[in-house]
Amino acid sequence: MSKLLTIEELTVATTNALDRKLVNMVSLSIEPGRTTCVVGESGSGKSLTALSVMGLLSKQLVRTHGRVLFQGKDLASLSSEDMRKIRGRQIGMIFQEPMTSLNPVLTIGFQIGEPLTVHLGYKGDVLKAKVSELLEQVGIPANRAGSYPDELSGGQRQRVMIAMSIACQPLMLIADEPTTALDVTVQSQILSLLDGLKTSMNMGMLLITHDFGVVSDVADDVVVMFRGSVVEAGSVDQVLNRPQHPYTKALLDCVPDVAGKKPLKPIDYAWLNELEVPA
Amino acid sequence: MSEFILKARDLNKFYTQRSGRFGFGTTQIKALDNVSIELRHASTLAVVGESGSGKSTLARCLLQLQPLDGGSVFFQGRDLADLPSNELRRQRRHLQMIFQDPFASLNPRMQVGEIVEEGLLIHGLGNKDERYEKALKMLKRVGLSESDMKKYPHEFSGGQRQRIGIARALVLSPKVVVCDEPVSALDVSIQAQILLLLKELQKEMSLSYIFISHDLRVVRHIADEIVVMHQGKVVEKGSIQEVYESPKQEYTQNLLEAIPGQKRQAA
Repeated sequence: MSKLLTIEELTVATTNALDRKLVNMVSLSIEPGRTTCVVGESGSGKSLTALSVMGLLSKQLVRTHGRVLFQGKDLASLSSEDMRKIRGRQIGMIFQEPMTSLNPVLTIGFQIGEPLTVHLGYKGDVLKAKVSELLEQVGIPANRAGSYPDELSGGQRQRVMIAMSIACQPLMLIADEPTTALDVTVQSQILSLLDGLKTSMNMGMLLITHDFGVVSDVADDVVVMFRGSVVEAGSVDQVLNRPQHPYTKALLDCVPDVAGKKPLKPIDYAWLNELEVPA
Repeated sequence: MSEFILKARDLNKFYTQRSGRFGFGTTQIKALDNVSIELRHASTLAVVGESGSGKSTLARCLLQLQPLDGGSVFFQGRDLADLPSNELRRQRRHLQMIFQDPFASLNPRMQVGEIVEEGLLIHGLGNKDERYEKALKMLKRVGLSESDMKKYPHEFSGGQRQRIGIARALVLSPKVVVCDEPVSALDVSIQAQILLLLKELQKEMSLSYIFISHDLRVVRHIADEIVVMHQGKVVEKGSIQEVYESPKQEYTQNLLEAIPGQKRQAA
């Protein structure tokens, strides 16, 4: 199958110290209709990888090496005008905190409709109908379109974020810890919603998470990151059941299992430091 | 002394919320609705539930950090509400709390040594040198060193700060420790370290834990008994094994099914 998105040897450093690599030679690819999960601890560079795909790195950070190809096009070569056409239109993005990513003074109907107006020129009744359809699709009654974000629960706000990001039927969705702030029951609803949309719209999905339970439920492929580098990549079965890299093994040993039978084993960082992490 | 170190009977707590247009109306929210729990000596009782279920309110009410609207808390057989205030203050050294957010619960202007010693100072335990020695011993036990005592909280990572929070609570040799989501802000690798540390300390100091959490995977590893809360009520309680293997209530079943990481095993 053809690749939707390919990241080749992506390296991100801080602008004032170019040898301080926060993301180091990361390569991964995403296919349509498949979910790739990026897992790692905080500070491992998962979110920075996602942000650099979208060209949303902050001013203190710079990409020093590597390419991001979307449908064969190098995203860095695009003008900011062209990039804006891809962002939200062809690549949707969901952020971690539904509380802070929505504008509190605009109705959710307006916010869901905005990408439709901007990218596809929808207006009036057509726009209204489309917004209602999107709300229904993510499981919010269409008559809530006039509600403000503070009138919704955390799970509903995250659904609004999902509705916004899929409004233009993007080819790819980047979700950065979309369920971390939510209760488990809401989390499982949101994950199955995303999984369903992936299948019905044949989207490629890049899901960033630190929860191995989530990985095992929704991922097709898994990329494990540690201190800015990819230490292991492969199918979900391969990585979770037959991990090769000592870091992946150690990380999996820390995860409490549902049955409560496996003893917890914390990571011995001194031992990890001695290992050579592939750069 | 009975086998239960802490007992709560029929706890009630209401919050009044403004409602209606312009907030002219008021609605009563029942945060705790006839909640009764029993904590066995040297064991761990987990309180689980979703956000808004009243778990944190329960924690605060048990320690008398918030006034109750009804019910009583018995610590070693004595009703805490009946104690005169100076006696309650004395008892507080036996009732400690470990907080969720290791970034918000440590005073940024105090050195770690001061933070850990403060409890000893307040309770008038030991002289200056003894307090220092005690704090140092506790900090070493949780994995920090003497040089860390002069540092400020911002110099530490999340996991280390949680260790400081644990040292602060345990330096007083308490009997009951309420842990309010102590590992939910941490990475899994750090989470495993802290959980094991809590378990070891429980054995060494024969502590009784009330462990508030929304993560049912963590609870399974640390707790002996469990209370499931929903909308301010206790919907189910029992031993870990009973509740996980044969949950009686539909709500508990849903909660257990929603734990991520089970779909593939079932398929």
